Amino acid sequence: MFTNEEYKDIENKILNGERLSREDGIRLFHCKDIAWLGAMADYVRKKKCGDIVYYNVNCHVNLTNICTSRCKFCAFGRDEDMPGAYAMTVEQAKDVVRDAMKDPNLAGLHVVSGLHPTWSFDDYLKILQDIHDEFPNLYLKGFTGVEITHFSKISGLSIKEVLEKLMGAGLQAIAGGGAEILSDRIRNELCPNKATADQWLEVARTAHLMGLKTNASMLYGHIETLEERVDHLLKLRDLQDETGGFQTFICFPFLPKNTELGKTIKQTSMWDDLRTMAISRLMLDNFQNIKAYWVMLTVPVAQVALGFGANDIDGTIHKETILHDAGATSPTALREDTIIDIIREAGRIPAACDCNFNILRKF
Amino acid sequence: MRYTEKQGIEMLTSGDPIALGREANAIREKLFGNTVTFIVDRNINYTNVCKNECKFCAFFRRKESKDAYLLTIEEILQKVQETVDAGGTQVMIQGGLYPDLGLEYYENMLRSIREKFPSIVIHSFTATEIQYFAQQAGISIEDCLKRLQYAGLSSLPGGGAEILVDEVRKRVSPKKIMTEDWLHVMETAHKIGMESTATMVIGFGETMAQRIEHMEKIRQLQDKTGGFRAFISWTFQPGNTELGGEKTSGWDYMRNLAVSRLYMDNIPHIQGSWVTQGERIGQLTLGFGGDDLGSIMLEENVVRAAGTAYEMSINKMVDMIKGAGREAAQRDTKYNIIRRF
Repeated sequence: MFTNEEYKDIENKILNGERLSREDGIRLFHCKDIAWLGAMADYVRKKKCGDIVYYNVNCHVNLTNICTSRCKFCAFGRDEDMPGAYAMTVEQAKDVVRDAMKDPNLAGLHVVSGLHPTWSFDDYLKILQDIHDEFPNLYLKGFTGVEITHFSKISGLSIKEVLEKLMGAGLQAIAGGGAEILSDRIRNELCPNKATADQWLEVARTAHLMGLKTNASMLYGHIETLEERVDHLLKLRDLQDETGGFQTFICFPFLPKNTELGKTIKQTSMWDDLRTMAISRLMLDNFQNIKAYWVMLTVPVAQVALGFGANDIDGTIHKETILHDAGATSPTALREDTIIDIIREAGRIPAACDCNFNILRKF
Repeated sequence: MRYTEKQGIEMLTSGDPIALGREANAIREKLFGNTVTFIVDRNINYTNVCKNECKFCAFFRRKESKDAYLLTIEEILQKVQETVDAGGTQVMIQGGLYPDLGLEYYENMLRSIREKFPSIVIHSFTATEIQYFAQQAGISIEDCLKRLQYAGLSSLPGGGAEILVDEVRKRVSPKKIMTEDWLHVMETAHKIGMESTATMVIGFGETMAQRIEHMEKIRQLQDKTGGFRAFISWTFQPGNTELGGEKTSGWDYMRNLAVSRLYMDNIPHIQGSWVTQGERIGQLTLGFGGDDLGSIMLEENVVRAAGTAYEMSINKMVDMIKGAGREAAQRDTKYNIIRRF
């Protein structure tokens, strides 16, 4: 019943488990049959992942919003002297975690922050180490390829040495942010002051070779072309072929509010969000997990995205700030029972996991 | 071939929303091609005083309450004037069940609007109100509707249907009219040439069988009268927003919407409710069998600010429709297309 005559050749490839080409990817972005795209992605998801949907009981910790990068798509980063700028002390960071610990099911932390102009790598490292010392049972996922490139630059250490130190301080997985679109045309335009496409990929490659898993992401819906979205996915797919170290892929639609770029660009439609989710699942045939990040998508859309190829819905978060600065209309946290309900209503099996997709509890 | 009640229940219970959506979308496409419609109109709530006190309603007040209100005819005419100024073609006047106004109050309201604004279509009063007006006046539903029709009432909105199963209604709105009453008002209206829409509110803890019972009753009456122009559904969601933000579920709504298109094969228009489900889910309904997005909802302050704000609203609606790869068109109450974008 899912046949789409115009896309019969691609459909056959998908049903036969064959890899899709760049041209296939571009054609899929021009497909108007959203339900067919969803059905194809859902077919692949079911075959590959079964009915389990992963989520985390987690807490986001953003150590500082003071950032030298000042990307045009960001509403979180600030200069040091701007209103609302903050930089946490170790104690303040611990207070955030202590507050989140009121939830007895809290399993871990997601730590991502601005590139602070005067903090040394040791400053970041010390906070991580201190948090780990006080909360040894919480898993620690954090720092994006952008932050790690920055640490290497300011410390004079190699990427490998930076990662070794972070792992020594308790880091168990690297966050997927900062990939944006892995194209230097776009990065020069939107975020020239941070890791290039190759640098971002190099951090992931290095981490994977050391046995440290990372996530991957795509920030879309700004100045990129549809071809550039496909090329981005292919870069991730190529590296995954090489290392197998990516755990999940996260689609981030650009949220324009309060950003420099948002003055001229409107937010993506739900239609675009769902087709991008589905096409990501179809193109990234070597990724096990595709995340529907409810903070950006909104909760109802994230739930529907579970039918468009996603098998991961992120977590309870405790208090999201980065995207709410950019006008996200979703709540800043979700209760675990709400997450369980929305997964169940979609006919799936909720499973709480750690930052490496080990199942902690299943319902 | 028509779906049976058993099949309907199966679709709602275990159907894959995406598969159902695609099937519903194919039917929509056959009927309406690539066009998605919307209307420019205004809701006017003439009073918030209501003797019904339904458990899911946050709008009603008791007559003696401090913030209880009843609009004067002049205030209503002013609101209609603003609607006309903003390019609206319809007003939807609804209110609580205000004791002792007399049918003349409503007749006078309708006549005044029609005299001053002959081009505005008055799509107003739910079945609940109609039954109450008739009761208060001591006349039959048919006589009541005929008098209102004569005074200028064009069609009836489908509100107040909730779930057309008395077991559910007794639980959530015990004082409101029961299933047979709602259906009787609609049947009578259709008989005198007054068309209407039909609605459904899901999420009252009703069973899937009760939802199909609701759809079946509407389908049967439509077979008999053909007077329903459209079907509109939305969700009731209590309390799960304590952390702020939006509703959490999209799955159930999308599946129910697709099934409503598939099951009620004799209702032409299926409207996605962006007002209640949010713009993003609203847009998605267009891929799941919906062919209409209802009103752009001229808000009080937006209407007052006129011009720009109003254009923004139409632009937003058109963007939403075009974002789904469809052609946007403004319609009138009878679903005639009056402007394409």
